[in-house]
Amino acid sequence: MATPNIPLWEVFIRSRNGLAHKHVGSLHATDATLALQAARDIYTRRGEGLSIWVVPSNAITASDPSEKGMMFEPAESKIYRHPTFYDVPDEVGHM
Amino acid sequence: MYTQALNTSDGDERHVEDAERATQFQARIDADERIEPNDWMPAAYRKTLTRQISQHAHSEIVGMLPEGNWITRAPSLRRKAALLAKVQDECGHGLYLYAAAETLGSSREELVDAMLAGKAKYSSIFNYPTLTWADIGTIGWLVDGAAIMNQIPLCRCSYGPYARAMIRVCKEESFHQRQGFEIMLTLCRGTAEQKAMAQDALNRWWWPVLMMFGPPDQVSQHSDTSTKWKIKRFSNDELRQKFVDATVPQAQFLGLTFPDPGMKQNANGNWEYSAIDWEEFKQVLSGNGPCNRDRLAARRKAHDDGAWVREAAMAYAGKRKQRAALQAAE
Repeated sequence: MATPNIPLWEVFIRSRNGLAHKHVGSLHATDATLALQAARDIYTRRGEGLSIWVVPSNAITASDPSEKGMMFEPAESKIYRHPTFYDVPDEVGHM
Repeated sequence: MYTQALNTSDGDERHVEDAERATQFQARIDADERIEPNDWMPAAYRKTLTRQISQHAHSEIVGMLPEGNWITRAPSLRRKAALLAKVQDECGHGLYLYAAAETLGSSREELVDAMLAGKAKYSSIFNYPTLTWADIGTIGWLVDGAAIMNQIPLCRCSYGPYARAMIRVCKEESFHQRQGFEIMLTLCRGTAEQKAMAQDALNRWWWPVLMMFGPPDQVSQHSDTSTKWKIKRFSNDELRQKFVDATVPQAQFLGLTFPDPGMKQNANGNWEYSAIDWEEFKQVLSGNGPCNRDRLAARRKAHDDGAWVREAAMAYAGKRKQRAALQAAE
């Protein structure tokens, strides 16, 4: 008999206070409590974190990589959103 | 650790695929871009990687067995704690790798079932027995040393999830090699009997370790596509040579000799080794190594014995969900 599928979770870890939680990988667990314990064992065996989030993988909505052109083009063409777009004479100094 | 470059890529399977997309894909690889799970990729790239990453994962999991054999008999508490931590790491490595393989579209359960059914390969090295405590030292020093040699280039593999998993694995692997070398050093500085034990372990493991890098370049016909796709960055023979050159001075420091009287340093400084018995490698890979049946039987038993735990955890999660739904309805 094939082994039944156990739900997938994504794991996010805050490595130090002051830093954001960062995605580190995924794991399988039947519920949130077990997912947290497994995340501790799998992803923090050497003091990698102070805080863990686990999120069911199917709760994540992701942008479609094949549409990344359309998705991100509006930002790419607006170079005037960057400070280097503007000329400030050297005499003015750092701004 | 432990991909073996078994080199059964499916690069020569011709799928009818959008030629334009295939060209764009290769252009991304050539530009050293990383490929991520939902990106378009040729079917053969997906299949090759699924096989390589899952074999790698199986190797980590089966690799716990020869070392687990010595946990209860480690000679001191310090050694026991280190060995436990190492075996736990191997399990973790297996899990990172299964997760990376899953991003290509196969479930972990499917992959594990294929291994338990004997349909998936794992590194040949774990089909050799660990007869003495010195074998634990040798595995850390040489088997993990060979694995590091293999895995460091994989940190730059074109497939993002695999490369990221390898970065984590390599960081942890370095402790494994050092603890193994320390065991060897202690034995070599011990009694004549202890040193003989270390030498015996090196004699038995040396050739199988060299085989870990996979078949010689002239017969591994599938390397080309893996190289083109930047899954593989160095050939089997290149990595094997690098490993031998790095290992010789370490053995000299220990005062141990290699079971290869023909070994000599050439003008370029590389250590030349004698011919490897590829028939032995073939036999071990096809299931006829000293411990193949034992390893699979142990994995199957662990899987079957754990079935009730998986079932109970699923049932508990189901019950809690149902209860929460009922409470919400009230």
